[in-house]
Amino acid sequence: MTDHHVQNPGDSGRPQGDGDPPPDLTLHMRSNPRLLAGAREMVASLARRLGFDEVSACQVALAVDEALANVIRHGYERREDGPIDMLVWLLAPEGNPDAAPTGLRVVIEDEGRQVDPELIKGRDLDDIRPGGLGVHIIREVMDQVQYEKRNAGGMRLTLVKRGGAVKDGGSPAGNPPAAAAHGRGSVNG
Amino acid sequence: MAEHFQVNTEKRQEATILTPHGDIDMGVSPQFREALKTAQESHPRRLVVNMGGVGYMDSSGLATLVEAMKLTRGDGTRLVLCALSDRVKAIFEIARLEKYFTITGDLDSAVQA
Repeated sequence: MTDHHVQNPGDSGRPQGDGDPPPDLTLHMRSNPRLLAGAREMVASLARRLGFDEVSACQVALAVDEALANVIRHGYERREDGPIDMLVWLLAPEGNPDAAPTGLRVVIEDEGRQVDPELIKGRDLDDIRPGGLGVHIIREVMDQVQYEKRNAGGMRLTLVKRGGAVKDGGSPAGNPPAAAAHGRGSVNG
Repeated sequence: MAEHFQVNTEKRQEATILTPHGDIDMGVSPQFREALKTAQESHPRRLVVNMGGVGYMDSSGLATLVEAMKLTRGDGTRLVLCALSDRVKAIFEIARLEKYFTITGDLDSAVQA
């Protein structure tokens, strides 16, 4: 990608881009569904290391998987050669920046078809039919969700999941509190 | 990994039992959909999907099961899911779809359900 948001603070919609450190982890991939497993397993593994329990780690991976699948399905209309960047920042607990990280921010950038972010909505769950669940799942699982058009073309999706309890001394606890453990934290975006 | 996904089919009593093995994501859900469709074509009294071998499923797998549920409803076939892992169960709960499916704990109870 040519306009990595780290070089474009203020264009990301994330909290105050100024002084943002470079991502802790970057994955460049193509829009090939076969690559989804590798991407989500990496995220699940990372979430476990941050202290998320097994179900929560899997849900964060699910949200990322759904986001990537939507890029492949809608952004690239199932083309398998479109570039996708996944950037990950580890997040310290809010109000305790020196503590060990317990959450993560994931930014997914593509060069596919642009969509008005206002039009990206999960479907009504009472309408029982196949499809249209991905956006709902993403919003349900993550604490913050923000779609935006990239200046250079394509879309950017920012996902934040705050982690669990922090024990004295800043080590991530084994289990996040109930809200995070059940993926029911507040949802923005 | 997606490349290892496969679906086994067997018959027991009046039930056709489908047992997918592996993760179900958008890369393999067409294969899962095809297996369900093929099983449905023989109009079994009961179509059991044994999810015990599925460690992960995304919304494409869920959509495939919703589609199968709609097909079976109009066909007199009872669709039963069984042996869901906690991780797979969680996606049904997030999508609030668990109430629309018959879900049992194990295969034996699914065959009787």
